[in-house]
Amino acid sequence: MVVDLNFPFPVAAGYDETVTNRKEPTTMAVPDNTALNPTTSFPPKKGFLYTLARNKWLLLLAAPATLVVLVFSYLPMFGLILAFKKYNFSDGILGSPWAGFGNFEYLFATRDAFNSTINTVYLNAIFIFLSLVGAIIVALLMNEVRNKWMVKSYQTALFLPYFISWVIVGYFVYALLNFDNGTINRWIGAMGGEYVQWYTRPEYWPFILSLVYLWKYVGYYSLIYLAGILGIDKEYYEAAMIDGATKLQQIRKITLPLLSPLITIMVLMQIGRIFFADFGLFYNVTQNSGALYSTTDVIDTYVFRTFRVLGDAGMATAAGLYQAVCGLILVYISNWCVRKVNKDEALF
Amino acid sequence: MKSYPVWQRAIIHLFLIALAVACIIPLLLVLSASFSDEAAIGKYGYTLLPKAFSTIAYQYILSDPTQIVTAYGITIFVTAVGTIVSLLLSSCMAYVLSRSDFAYRNKFSFFIYFTMLFNGGLVPSYMLVTQVLDLKNSVWALILPYVIVPWFVLLLRTYFADIPESLIESAKLEGAGEFRILFTIILPLSLPAIATVGLFIILMYWNDWYLALLYVDEGKKFPLQYLLYNIMQNLSVIKANPVPGMAVRLPGENTRMAIAVLATGPILFAFVFVQRYFIAGLKVGAIKG
Repeated sequence: MVVDLNFPFPVAAGYDETVTNRKEPTTMAVPDNTALNPTTSFPPKKGFLYTLARNKWLLLLAAPATLVVLVFSYLPMFGLILAFKKYNFSDGILGSPWAGFGNFEYLFATRDAFNSTINTVYLNAIFIFLSLVGAIIVALLMNEVRNKWMVKSYQTALFLPYFISWVIVGYFVYALLNFDNGTINRWIGAMGGEYVQWYTRPEYWPFILSLVYLWKYVGYYSLIYLAGILGIDKEYYEAAMIDGATKLQQIRKITLPLLSPLITIMVLMQIGRIFFADFGLFYNVTQNSGALYSTTDVIDTYVFRTFRVLGDAGMATAAGLYQAVCGLILVYISNWCVRKVNKDEALF
Repeated sequence: MKSYPVWQRAIIHLFLIALAVACIIPLLLVLSASFSDEAAIGKYGYTLLPKAFSTIAYQYILSDPTQIVTAYGITIFVTAVGTIVSLLLSSCMAYVLSRSDFAYRNKFSFFIYFTMLFNGGLVPSYMLVTQVLDLKNSVWALILPYVIVPWFVLLLRTYFADIPESLIESAKLEGAGEFRILFTIILPLSLPAIATVGLFIILMYWNDWYLALLYVDEGKKFPLQYLLYNIMQNLSVIKANPVPGMAVRLPGENTRMAIAVLATGPILFAFVFVQRYFIAGLKVGAIKG
C-alpha cells in the first residue's frame, strides 16, 4: 500500500529499492502524496506568497507607476464624499457636516446644470460627427495624391494645429474676431457691413467652436484614418479594378467597410467622453466671456467656475461626480451596443 | 492604381491646398501682427502681411526679458523632468503589463485603464494637491498629475507585446533579471515607440497651462503657456475696467502677439521636423487600436 502511494515518484521509488529501512519513505511519502491532491496541500505551495515571490521583480517594476496612479487617480475618488457634504475650509473634508443629496438637489434646481449638460453633449456630438466626416474625406483625398512631396506638405500643414496649445489658439481666434482690429470684422467692414461684437453674441459660438475644433483636430484624425487606409491590402483594389469598379464604388465597398473597425473604436472612445468637454477650447477660445455662457458653458467650465469663482466645493464635486457617473454609464452602454452588432469591435 | 483625369486631380489638390492654407492662416496673422507697428494694427487690423514692418514689439520684450526667460525656465524644467519620469514609469508599467506570464496582469491592467473611465474630478484632485500633498505653487504640481497617462501606457504596452517572448525566455535562461531584460533588451528594441510616446509627453507638458491655472498663483512660477494666458486675461480685465491715471503702460497688441510668437515659435518649428515620429505613433494606434 505504501509503495503504491509512492509509485508516481521515481525518487521515492528508487529510495525504496536502495534503502533497507522501509519506514522512512513511508513518512516522506505522506506529504508527497497529499501534494498530489490539488484540493489539499497543493495550493499552499503555489499559493499567494509563492505567486508573490515569483512575480516580485515585475511587481517592483510596476510599483512606482502604481503608486502614482493610486495617489493621483484613486485617492481623489475618496474625495467624492465632498459631493455629499457642506464643505467648509476650517472643518476640512472629513469634519464638514453632511449634506445628504442637498448638493445634487441644489445643482439640478439651477438652470446652469441643465444648460451646461445640454451644451456639452450637443456640442461634443457635433464635434464627433464633423471630425469623423471631415477626417475621412481628407484621408480619402490624401490617399489619392500620388506626389509624395505634396502628401507630406499637406500632412505637415494639417497636423500643425494639433501642436498648438489652446492658449495660443485663443490668441489666434482673438486676432480673427476682436471687435476693433479683428480680421473678420475688417473684412465685414470692407464689404460695407457692420462690425460684430463676436465675444458677446452667443448665437454664433456653436458654429465658431465647431470650426475651431475641426481646425485643430481634422489633421490629427485624418492621419489616423489615412494610416488605416494605407494598411488595407492593395489586392482588393486590383481585383475591383479588374471587375471595372469605379473609384467611388471602391471607396464604398472596400475602403469604408475595411476601415469600420477603426472608425468604431475612434467614435466609441469619443462617445465615451461625450460628457467631458475640452476645457481649453471652451475656456480660452471664448475668453471665458460670461455673455456667451448660454451656448458655450459646458460641465467642465461650470465645475471650474462653481469651485474657483463661487467657492462652492460641495456643489462643484457633485457636478463632477454627476459627470463622471454619466460618462461611465455611457461607455458601458455604447460598448454594449457595439458588442451586440459586432463582438470583435467592442473595446471590452 | 489608375490615375485620374487632370481636372479631378486639380480639384483634389485645390481642396487640400485650401485646407492647408486655412490651417496656417491664423499663425500668419499672429506672426504678422507681432512684426507690425501698433498704429498699423489699429489702422488696418490683423493682416496676413505687416502693413508697416517693425520689430519694436520684440525690442520692447527683449529690453526686459526676465519674465519670459523665467517662464521658459519653468516650462523647460517641467517638460524635461516630467518627460523623463513619465517615460520611465510608463515603460516599466507597460513592460509588466506586456508580460503574459505576469500573474496579476489583469488586475493591474484594470487598475490602470479604469482611470480612463472614471475619476474623482476637479475638486478632489485640487484638494489632494493643495491640502494633502501641499504642492501649491510647486513645480511638482505641474509634473506629477500627468506622470501616468493610461493611453501612453497602453501604446507602449502594445509595442512591447510585439517583441517575441522567446527573447525574454532565453534572456532568463542566461540568468538576466527583469530589470536587465527591460533596460537592455526591451527598451533598445522599442526605441521608435519610446521616441513617439516621448514626443507626445513632451507636447503634453510643454502646452499645459491647466495645472498652472489650478495650482500656481505666484508670477515667478508661471510656465510659458500660463504666462500667455495671463497676459491675455489681464488685458481684457484692464480694458474692461480702465484705472484712471494708471502708471503702467499697456503692452500693445503687437507686443502680445510677439510674446506668443516667442513662446511657441521654437517648439512649433521643432515639431515640424519630428512630426513623422508622431505619424508613426498614430499608425500603430490605428492598426492595433
